[in-house]
Amino acid sequence: MKIIEFLLSALAIGVTFLYGSTGEIITEKAGHLNLGIPGIMGIGAACGCAALNAMLPESSDMTPFLPPWLIVVIALLATLIGAGLMGLLYSFLAVTLRANQNVTGLAMTIFGTGLTKYIFAGLETKGVKYIWALPYFRFPFNNTTSALQYCGVLVFLGIAVAIISSVILSRTRVGLHLRAVGESPATADAAGINVTRYKYIATIIGSAIAGLGGLFYVMDYQGSQEAYLSVEAMGWLSVALVIFSLWRPYISIFGSFVFGALFILGSYLPSFGLMVDVATANLIKTLPYVVTIIVLIITSVRNRRENQPPASLGVSYFREDR
Amino acid sequence: MEYAEGRNIPALELKGISKSFGTIRANYNVDLELMNGEILALLGENGSGKTTLMNMVAGIYYPDEGQIYVDGEEVVIRSPKDAYKYKIGMIHQHFKLVDLFSAAENIVLGVNDGNKYSIKEVNDRVRQIADKYGFNIDPKEKIHEMSVSQKQTVEILKVLYRGADILILDEPTAVLTPQETAKLFAVLRKMKEDGKSIIIITHKLHEVLAISDRVAVLRKGEHVATVVTAESTENSLTEMMVGKKITLNIDRSEPHDVVERLVVKGLSGHNEEGLKILDGVSFTAYGGEILGIAGIAGSGQRELLEAIAGIYSPEEGEIMYRDPKDGSEVNLRKKTPLQIRELGVRLSFVPEDRLGMGLVGNMDITDNVMLRSYRSGRLMLLNRNDPKRLAEDIVKDLEVATPSLSTPVRKLSGGNVQKVLVGREIASAPSLLMAAYPVRGLDINSSYAIYNLLNEQKERGVAVIFVGEDLDVLLALCDRILVINSGRVTGIVDGRTAKKEDVGFLMTKSDGENVSEGYGTAGGLGSFGPEGGNA
Repeated sequence: MKIIEFLLSALAIGVTFLYGSTGEIITEKAGHLNLGIPGIMGIGAACGCAALNAMLPESSDMTPFLPPWLIVVIALLATLIGAGLMGLLYSFLAVTLRANQNVTGLAMTIFGTGLTKYIFAGLETKGVKYIWALPYFRFPFNNTTSALQYCGVLVFLGIAVAIISSVILSRTRVGLHLRAVGESPATADAAGINVTRYKYIATIIGSAIAGLGGLFYVMDYQGSQEAYLSVEAMGWLSVALVIFSLWRPYISIFGSFVFGALFILGSYLPSFGLMVDVATANLIKTLPYVVTIIVLIITSVRNRRENQPPASLGVSYFREDR
Repeated sequence: MEYAEGRNIPALELKGISKSFGTIRANYNVDLELMNGEILALLGENGSGKTTLMNMVAGIYYPDEGQIYVDGEEVVIRSPKDAYKYKIGMIHQHFKLVDLFSAAENIVLGVNDGNKYSIKEVNDRVRQIADKYGFNIDPKEKIHEMSVSQKQTVEILKVLYRGADILILDEPTAVLTPQETAKLFAVLRKMKEDGKSIIIITHKLHEVLAISDRVAVLRKGEHVATVVTAESTENSLTEMMVGKKITLNIDRSEPHDVVERLVVKGLSGHNEEGLKILDGVSFTAYGGEILGIAGIAGSGQRELLEAIAGIYSPEEGEIMYRDPKDGSEVNLRKKTPLQIRELGVRLSFVPEDRLGMGLVGNMDITDNVMLRSYRSGRLMLLNRNDPKRLAEDIVKDLEVATPSLSTPVRKLSGGNVQKVLVGREIASAPSLLMAAYPVRGLDINSSYAIYNLLNEQKERGVAVIFVGEDLDVLLALCDRILVINSGRVTGIVDGRTAKKEDVGFLMTKSDGENVSEGYGTAGGLGSFGPEGGNA
């Protein structure tokens, strides 16, 4: 039974990375390397939790004013808006002002992480009511005590978002245009595609999706009031997952599971009869990065154009630059 | 003009179109007419404003003045999208394609016809159009797997897919082999039969004569004339294209004490696309003279200079450099710039891409000067004093307008950037100085400053090679002019006696044609060395 718990647990933590990487893939397909994802995931979590805190009653015994599903929906909306605003800020800096994307992204992460801690610290002083909403998020498995409890609605939503993103990117006109913007903005521009609009929308939607990953991690997977402290690490893993997935959301579904399994492997080894000390367990947590480097080496050696990042990733576009 | 019948209304008409970029006038008061179902050739030298003019029709630029009429109605074209709305499509010289996409994906890019997007249907439609005009293409093939000519086909299909009736092709044959060109022309004729109106930008005269119904000639941004092709000859077109000689006030001293400095023999090589870019180039450059190189852009000038400078490695031939001190000879072919320098060859190169190849835009003048000399220091740390002194001298002597020595060079104007670059190259006391388009984009005063610098070097016995695009300048500045055409030397003429039309003809004449047959006044033609002229 331990193995099933391990696998379900891996799936659940993996969904955190799945949200983050799906969001980042959409952004990168528009040619924008958004290294602000870790900060944006934090902000997403903070906004969702703040909304929950506002909606829940003073005591965990009291019935909330709103039905549970509406509470979850409003919390998700708050997350989408908060993380989306971070995406808007990034877009303004990197698209309109054409600031360096790496610098902008890192600044967003530093700013976002700091702001996240500020918001959560503020929530703590008022009492961390948002934790009570945990069962709502774990619907329909909120009454079980097995590892199945991790597989709430947001797990399925995450997989659905990745599949839908994949279909949109590869099968629709919007996806074709978006990929063209990331590959060759000058070509897209000449073809009459509004490059700036695509970049803005992709970055904002991507950030919003990544924000859901933050909320999922804090509210659902961890369900603890210290969880927000480790959101940033989840963000970096999500960025690594983009490379592992070769910029394809459907590979990301599988990749997120692999990342999740490797990430929690250290804490499950004792229950499989292998004793590891804390240091080794932490070392095992770096395995996702190791496999990412291996993937990078393999794709670099094979050097297929299809497995490379979008050609204009990280390059600002200005029509009159000739 | 009045149109008695509907069919006489031009498909496209431009009236009084002007366009300037800063102080540079690209087009001035241009009138142009494209009739229905005709192929109009737009002819002109480099920088005569052909592409700019057509870019205004295609919505890349917006004219400062003038009107555009499509089928007799005035239209405003602000973007490529607008152009497509009026059924105008342009095939640019530099393809705008997404490498990673298939042909069909590129063709359908940006098309929003309201239909549900289905790549299968797009594939079918692309095949239909391709079959109709005789293109040979697989819609599913990725662009990065295609040859240049296939990529061009995709560009043409892209325009046809959008239903364009007016097609503009910007130097479509520049990247094609003769066989591919013949195929393209067959397709263009088919499109013409189908009622499409076509403008083809070119400077190859034989192609103009082969494909077009009428020719519109541009010179220095102005429309010279539109003539019927059948009533024109290569000679008459050349004359219209280059115009009357303008006398420039450039001091030109007689070369004295000329010595062989660089002997190039049979230099041949291919470019990155696999096209032959240098084809048996042979010439001699003498110390104490300025050798001009004239040619249509992309005829191999760049590769020739880069071969001498050690940046490009031609497959065949030799580049013999004769040391002015001891007369010893060394072959520079397939040597790196560093090896060339270590051989003691004092060679200076002012590349055409100033801020790309010549200088580092984000560094200041001192640092850029130091790029040439940093190896000469003995200590681990750089000595900035000497370069700084040199930078000060350059700024003072060449009157570089800069706020300070520590201003990044990219912030300087084009003329000042060029002065810094030329100043640095001259400071190393070269025995061979090569300058590619050193006055491009510069105003009159800066241009003259550069001419004077080159003349000074010539007086000092330096062998100067000057690649230029303005024939008047070449004829006023250079002692001899080498004309390069599709990678081959088509003539070396005397800068003092050669006629402008002669040079223009040598630049544009078609392959395999005998010079003296093709042009009657061969007075200034033929190989001419200063040892003959100045003995």
